[in-house]
Formats: sequence, structure tokens, C-alpha cells
Amino acid sequence: MAIKRRDFLKLTGLTLVGTAASAAVGDLLTRGEAKAEEEYASPPEALKGKRWAMVIDVKKCKKGKEKGCNEKCIEACHYLHNVPSIPDKKKEIKWIWEDEFEHAFPEQTNEYLEEIFKDIPFLFLCNHCDNPPCVRVCPTKATFKNEEGIVMMDFHRCIGCRFCMAACPYGARSFNWVDPRPYIEKVNPEYPTRTKGVVEKCLFCYERLAKGKMPACVEACPEKALIFGDLADENSEVSKILRERVAIRRKAELGTGPAVFYLID
Amino acid sequence: MYNANKVIPGIIIFILFFTIPIWLNFGRLEAIPKPELPKKEKKCIESKEYMRAYHMKLLDDWRKKAIRENKYIYTASDGKKYFISLQRTCFKCHNDTEKFCDKCHNFVITHPDCWDCHIAPEVAKKWQ
Repeated sequence: MAIKRRDFLKLTGLTLVGTAASAAVGDLLTRGEAKAEEEYASPPEALKGKRWAMVIDVKKCKKGKEKGCNEKCIEACHYLHNVPSIPDKKKEIKWIWEDEFEHAFPEQTNEYLEEIFKDIPFLFLCNHCDNPPCVRVCPTKATFKNEEGIVMMDFHRCIGCRFCMAACPYGARSFNWVDPRPYIEKVNPEYPTRTKGVVEKCLFCYERLAKGKMPACVEACPEKALIFGDLADENSEVSKILRERVAIRRKAELGTGPAVFYLID
Repeated sequence: MYNANKVIPGIIIFILFFTIPIWLNFGRLEAIPKPELPKKEKKCIESKEYMRAYHMKLLDDWRKKAIRENKYIYTASDGKKYFISLQRTCFKCHNDTEKFCDKCHNFVITHPDCWDCHIAPEVAKKWQ
């Protein structure tokens, strides 16, 4: 059966009209589903900042340790965030940890400094860099920098490729080689655990900031050796301290712009 | 039509064969899942129909808004405000995932891996 040219053109025209009409109807149908922006807001009690940063007074930290603070900061953080304590060092997970000066500041060439800082504990955590290399390499945007300067993680999106771990010059990220749940003794039911195959790290207690609270380690420290605040605000405590006292940062020469400062004077 | 006496019975047998599940389960209703609803609260964040159809979309939007944009407060269509959190908000009423979520999800054979990380309330109870 041969189709006439006239019929063919008619059919083509009808198809075009039909497609346009169905697209318009589809738009109308889905419009109800699209949610307005105003339905989401940030909580009024939330602490707001443009560049969150932390200052660690290592001498106060030493004093606290001598008094037997038992690393309350680490304990508080790891309890609140369900960080497992895995005995195997190769598989361990850490958000905040303690190490020696010479292991963390390899660029400090003055060997006498090592002598000075020999007995002083240094606390390490994610530096929440200005220019985070981990964010640059993440193929899924699971890790990203939020508008408050925190290097955030969306664990749902992490595929466990560990590019970020290779990129981070501070060793601040840990990978879950095994299911972490059997290694969590005391669980905090308000925060999720992670699962096997996901990378994790300190998130500057974003969930506590949203509730108007300081990060867990800052709150737990009995010596007030950890100070948290907004670097963008000239009058914040961190800004004032950094203007008055001598502070160093880990591997700042790499250009990552770390936001964790160590007071050394 | 050629071979109509073979082709037509063939088509009928084919249709019958592919619709076997319909005939076998015809009129049977016991398989329909009955999730256990929270006792103390009668109304969810949005209407029953909306939650039924779009709960996963809502949770997905919640995650994006909270984690990506620091927007932790959700205003429902009735004006009530909720803090965005699965474990701190949803679980306050839905306190047993096995009796609620899993009932339907098992029925339709979808197994989202929420509870690999988010601690289901019944698991948290046993843990401590």
C-alpha cells in the first residue's frame, strides 16, 4: 500500500502537534511535585560562619594531659560519630588523633624544634583546607567544600575509590576496610555509622553547628586548648588569637590553606 | 490467513502462559503488606498519599538540602517545621524499621541499603 504525499505530510504535522501537546501536559502534571525553595531553611539557632577554623594551644594540651584528661576530645568525637576502634593499625579509622611533632611537621627543618616539642602532644584532624586536594580528585562529588568552609562528605555518594586519601597530604582520611559496626562498643543512636567501602574523616561537627553547638572536641576539652571560630569574622576568638600569637600550620607550603592552627609560643 | 487453526490456539496458549501469575493469585489478598504505623502520632510529615508515593524523593531532597546547602529545617505543607534527620526526626515515631519499612520493601523486592549506615531504632536498642 503506497502512502500519498499529502497523507504523509498530514501525519507528520499531526505527530508534531501531538508531541508538543504531550510535553505541555507533562509539564503541567509534574509542576505540582516541584517543591518551592522556601520549604527549606537553615535553623535560627545554627552557628553561622564563612570560614570555620580551629586553633590548638599545644601547651595547654600538654597541661591537660599531665592532669590526666585522658584524651577526652578524641573520646567525645569518636563516641558521638560512631567511629570504631579497630585494633589493626592498617585498618584503623580516625577522625581526630594524637601524634608527635616530628611526624607531622616534616618541613620544619630546625632540628632544635623537635627537642622543644618532644613531650608536647599534637592533635590532628582534617584541616578543612581552603583549597582541598581531596575535593579536586573526588570523581563523584561525595566530598566537597561547603559555603561555611567545611570540607564536607556525603557518605551516600562515596564509591570508595580512595583518590581523596591519596590526595590528602595530612592522612586525615580513613577507609573502611571492614564493616565497622562490630568495633563500636558504645553507640550514639543519633548519628549513623559508616559501611564497608566508604572513606570518612572529621566534618567539623556540622551536625552540632546546625544545632548551635560547638564541635564535640572543643566542648570536651577541660583545658580549653581547642578554640573554634570563624576566620572571616575579625572579632572572633580565633582571629584575635591568630593576630596576637605565633601559630604554625601543617604543610602550608603545599598551598592547601589548612584551617587548623597550632599555637607554639 | 494461513494455518489459522495452529496460529490462533498458539497465541491463546502464549497469552495464558504469560498471565499465569494473575490467574494463580486471582482474588487472593493475603499477600498485601500491612506496615505497622506509629501509635502515638497520627500524622506524618506530609499527607499519607504523598508519603506513600514520594518518601524516597523527600528523603533524597532532605539529604541534598541539609548536607549541600546547610538547610536543616523543612517546612511541611501544613506549616509545621521539622529538623532534617532520619535518625533524629523520622525514628522518633517510626521506631521499628522491620515492622514498618521492610514490610512493603520486602513485598516489592526493593532492598535499599539505608540500615547499613543509619542505625535502625531496634538495632540501637539491642546495641546498648
